[in-house]
Amino acid sequence: MLNYILSRILTFIPTFVGVTLISFGFIRVLPGDPIIVMAGERGMSDARYAELSAQYGFDQPLYKQFWDYLTGVVQGDLGNSFVTKRPVWDEFFALFPATLELSICAMLFALALGLPAGVIAAVNRGKFFDRALMSTALIGYSMPIFWWALLLIIVFSGNLQWTPVSGRIDLLYYFPDPTGFMLIDSLASGQSGAFKSAVRHLILPTIVLGTIPLAVIARQTRSAMLEVLGEDYIRTARAKGLSTGRINGIHALRNALIPVITVIGLSVGTLLAGAILTETIFSWPGIGKWMVDSIFRRDYPVVQGGLLLIAVMVMVVNLTVDMLYGVINPKIRKR
Amino acid sequence: MSLLRIRNLSVDFATASGKFRAVDQVDQDVDTGEILAIVGESGSGKSVSMLAMMGLLPWTATVTADEMTFDGHNLLTMNTKARRKIVGNDLAMIFQEPMSSLNPCFPVGWQIKESLRVHLGLNRKQRHARAIELFEQVGIPDPERRLSAFPHQMSGGMNQRVMIAMAIACKPKLLIADEPTTALDVTIQAQILDLLASLRDETGMGLVLITHDMGVVAETAERVSVQYAGQKIEEQRVVPLFDEPHHPYTNALLDALPERATEKRLPTIPGVVPGQFDRPAGCLFSPRCKFADAKCKAESPAPQSDALGRARCFYPLNTDQRQAS
Repeated sequence: MLNYILSRILTFIPTFVGVTLISFGFIRVLPGDPIIVMAGERGMSDARYAELSAQYGFDQPLYKQFWDYLTGVVQGDLGNSFVTKRPVWDEFFALFPATLELSICAMLFALALGLPAGVIAAVNRGKFFDRALMSTALIGYSMPIFWWALLLIIVFSGNLQWTPVSGRIDLLYYFPDPTGFMLIDSLASGQSGAFKSAVRHLILPTIVLGTIPLAVIARQTRSAMLEVLGEDYIRTARAKGLSTGRINGIHALRNALIPVITVIGLSVGTLLAGAILTETIFSWPGIGKWMVDSIFRRDYPVVQGGLLLIAVMVMVVNLTVDMLYGVINPKIRKR
Repeated sequence: MSLLRIRNLSVDFATASGKFRAVDQVDQDVDTGEILAIVGESGSGKSVSMLAMMGLLPWTATVTADEMTFDGHNLLTMNTKARRKIVGNDLAMIFQEPMSSLNPCFPVGWQIKESLRVHLGLNRKQRHARAIELFEQVGIPDPERRLSAFPHQMSGGMNQRVMIAMAIACKPKLLIADEPTTALDVTIQAQILDLLASLRDETGMGLVLITHDMGVVAETAERVSVQYAGQKIEEQRVVPLFDEPHHPYTNALLDALPERATEKRLPTIPGVVPGQFDRPAGCLFSPRCKFADAKCKAESPAPQSDALGRARCFYPLNTDQRQAS
């Protein structure tokens, strides 16, 4: 097992270098010059421009710049933001809890609805519920996130006034945030109504961000369940006189979870990409919004570092998923 | 009153190209402590008739019967909840592929203890003790350690023993073994058959052995029911059946046994079992039967008397008028 993990971590290295290269190249391909953006509307003299270029190393050849960046990254230095001058590393971890909180809620939302929906659809295959559910899932999957978010805001925040439009919590509340998770911090603050406010702020972004994973999980669970329900061991379970709930919920679902966990792992990438849109729409102060802002500011270190950290996150999640296979189905553990 | 009594059982499957009759008017009786073998080629409806009785067929199947009683319970009118109390408890079944019939995600001990909890309501300690006892009964060495093993960590023969242990966990009155040895090595086959027969001797349960292997029948069974294309075409006690088969199909099956072959070339039955679209109008075996005449091809024969093995044939063999060739 340990050897397996180590060999998997070794395969991270080329991916890691590749991601660094892509993020490094991607931001430089974009038109616009960070130094000119920094100068703002008034512009700057050629001498000052050359001075700043030299300071940030833009006068060096590209391969030299990349090498400097890569050696920095390997030593844990992702550089400083051009705009705030603070280390990318610090900025990322100050904002990441907000994204993580939203992503976890969205994933829990998707799982809580998607798994049962997929199971029920598979068990009632071909019947009305199955068809209705799967068409809804298809619609959910094809829904453009930004449009879906605006629609929900118009209905629930605008017309019905049930939920706030943006942010993580009402401005009335102020308390320290040791964990960065608004739900935990608001609860710990002991201020009445703070937790409720945090929850109300979370509802719409969670639904918006969770919609696509929800649709994917529901469809994947259904197809995995259909396959498993035809297996011999399900017939054995029925021959044991077990209840339908036990057969579907324990004997079948446990086996069906393998493909479902795979799509959950893959959804993490989608989730972080979706977070960029969702956070922008709901003014959610997480890394998605931070990344978008940095792209507009041509804040090279932030964009590079952010992409890299997200990529590492996705890699780690997928490694965890591979580990989970063996936990769920011990047969896979044997390699 | 027999333990299991089935009268006029038919099973139809709804397929994309219409109805397919897998079991056609089958009668079956099993007594307590008896070993009945149901033999027939693949697709002759042997498994389907027993699966229908267990209520394990998919929803595409329609089951009709005049009578289907097990141990005084009417299986036809029973709802699924009541049937679940019997199935897996008094009425148990083991299957052809032990490797795929056990759930790969759970230890075998867990799978056995599950039945003990659901049907007998034993507590954790009792379940563990009973599981060990069962493993010893079916001849699994080192039961304490094996209980926590997963199916993929054991051999096919061991897995079939686990299946048997699971099936007999609640001391069933009737055990149905659906080709229990087909997927196993020949040496293991004999062990599993011996095990089943000795369990029958110990517990006095009825045993239905579904098989296509005449060798298995000769070794283990007491009474034999021969099925062909969904119909039961003959039923006799095992010795008379091997000595004096009445139906030409049974006769042809026995002729095809390698041990009985007199010529260098093994005799075979020409043709194949009729499928959904080429079901003959008269006797289902008539296209392959060397004795068939115009009547056989036109009319469907009714079963003969008990003395003639209830053979579905107009011209049964090994009678006073007719000797098998």
